[in-house]
Amino acid sequence: MTAALHLDAVSIRFGGVIAVDHVTCSISAGEFVGLIGPNGAGKTTLIRIIAGLLAPDWGRILVSGVNVTNLSTAKRVRNGLAMTHQIVRPFRSMTVLENVTLAAGHRITANPLHALLRWDRGMEEERSREVLASVGLKGAELKPVLALPLGQLKRLEVARALAVDPFVILLDEPLAGLNRREAAVQMDVIASINARGVTTIVVEHNLAEVVRICPRVIVLDQGRIIADGPPNTVIADPAVREAYLGMGASHAAA
Amino acid sequence: MSAYAFSVLGVIGINVMLAVSLNMITGFCGQFSLGHAAFYGSGAYAAAYLAAAGAPLPVALLAGIMVAGVLGFIVGFASLRLRDDFLAVTTIGVSFLFVGFVRKQHWLGAEMGISRIPPTGLGSEGNALLIVGVAVAVIVASIYVNRSWMGFCFRAVGDDENTARTIGIPVYAYKLVAFTLGTAIAGLAGGLYAYFTQFIVPDSFGFLVSVTLMAMVVIGGTGSTLGVVAAAIMLTLLPEAFRFINEYRLLIFGGLLMLVVRFAPEGLAGLGRSMLRMARAKK
Repeated sequence: MTAALHLDAVSIRFGGVIAVDHVTCSISAGEFVGLIGPNGAGKTTLIRIIAGLLAPDWGRILVSGVNVTNLSTAKRVRNGLAMTHQIVRPFRSMTVLENVTLAAGHRITANPLHALLRWDRGMEEERSREVLASVGLKGAELKPVLALPLGQLKRLEVARALAVDPFVILLDEPLAGLNRREAAVQMDVIASINARGVTTIVVEHNLAEVVRICPRVIVLDQGRIIADGPPNTVIADPAVREAYLGMGASHAAA
Repeated sequence: MSAYAFSVLGVIGINVMLAVSLNMITGFCGQFSLGHAAFYGSGAYAAAYLAAAGAPLPVALLAGIMVAGVLGFIVGFASLRLRDDFLAVTTIGVSFLFVGFVRKQHWLGAEMGISRIPPTGLGSEGNALLIVGVAVAVIVASIYVNRSWMGFCFRAVGDDENTARTIGIPVYAYKLVAFTLGTAIAGLAGGLYAYFTQFIVPDSFGFLVSVTLMAMVVIGGTGSTLGVVAAAIMLTLLPEAFRFINEYRLLIFGGLLMLVVRFAPEGLAGLGRSMLRMARAKK
C-alpha cells in the first residue's frame, strides 16, 4: 500500500548547520503521529519542508505516491496536504467565517479566472460553518478574527486547514500558548479529525498530550530521527532521555 | 457648462481612473507601488505616437493599454518576491527610469514630447464625456473585482502571503494579475490623456504624479474604491478651487497625508463608515 506521506532522505543545510539530516519515514493513511524533539531539533524546519515553504537540499517528499518535492505550497495543498502555522496567522482583515470560506473555496481560488467570474459564496460558507462547528467555534462565525482569544485562534487555524479537504494535515504546535484545559480540548478536537480518516502529524512540545493521544511518536534530535514507535516505548528509550535531558543533566543527576 | 468646466471634468476622470487602478494594486493586493505614473506615461506615449502617425482612436487607446500592461507585467514579475518597502523602492526606480528614458528618445520627441496628436473629433464636451464614461466603467469594474472571489483572494494575499499559500492560493499569480490589471488601466488613462491635451511631455509622468496618486489612495482609504474616487475628485478640485493652493500643492497633500495616517488610517472611507455608524446609533 502507498504511504500517505513518505519522506526519502530529506535534508537541508543552513550555512554550516545540517538542520534536517537524511530523514526517511513512511506514514500510512489514517495514522496519527506526534513529532517531538528538543528545541532546535529541526521539527518546524521539517514541517516547512513537507509543506513546501522551504526547499530541501536533498531528498524527496511523496504524498500518496506523488512526488511533490518540486511543487509549490499551493499545488501541494491541491494534492491533499494542509498545514497550520506555529504562530497563529489568520487573515486579519476578515471575519472568522471569511477566513475559513476562503480555504473552503480552494477549487475556485486555484485559478484567478474562475475566481474573477464568481461572486457566490453560499456553498463554501455552508461548508465553513460545518467545519467551524466541528472544531467548537460555532457562534463565532461573524466575529472579526482580531477579537478572538488565542485558544480560539488556534482552533481557527485547524478549521482553515480542514476546509481544504486534506487527507494529510500537518499541525505545527497546535497547543503552544494554551493552558492545560484548553490544550486537552484542542488535542481532543485534533483526535476527532484523525478519527474521520485524516492522516495527522502533530509537532508538539507538550509531551503529556502527545503521549496521551498519539499512537505513534517520532523523535527528532539534531535533524535526525532517533526513535519511532508507540509513545511509551519511545519515552523509555535511553537515547530519547539523553536528547531531552542532555549530558549536563545526567552529570547533575550523578 | 464652459470649456473650462469640461476640461476640469476630464482631468477628474483621468485622476479617478489612475487612483482606482493604483488602488487595485496597493489597496486590494497590498503591493505598495510608487511608480504608477510610469505606466500612465507609457500608455500616453504609446497612444500619442500611434495617433500622431495616423492610427484611429480605438487602436491608439488599445496600444496604450497593451504597452502599459506588458510593462506592468514585466515589472510585477521582476518584483514578485519583493515585499512592501523593497517594492516601493523598486517602483520609485521605475518612475525615474521612465522619465529619464523618454527624455533621451528623439523618436518620442525627447524633452519636447509629442505635440501633433490629432483631435478626437468629439469636441471638448465629447472628450470630457468619453473620459467620464470610461472612468465610471473603471469604477464599476473595480467594485466588481473586489466583490468577486478574485477580490477575496487579493485581500488574503495583502493580509498574509504565506497563510494564503497554505490554503492553496497561487499567490504570485494573483499579485501579477493585480499589477497587470492596474497598470493596463493606467495605460488606458494615459491614452485618453494624450487625446485630451493633444500634447504630452515627459514631466507630466514624473515621480510627483506617482506620489500624488498614492496620496489619493491613502487619503481615500486604502482598498475602498468609492473612498479613493472621492479623494481623487477632492484632490483634483482643491487646487482648481483655490488657485493659491497650486503653489503649495505638495505641502498641502503631504500634510493631509500625515493627518490621515495619524488620525484616520482608514481614510475618507473609514470616516464615512464611522459617521454612518454614529448616525445609526443616534436613531
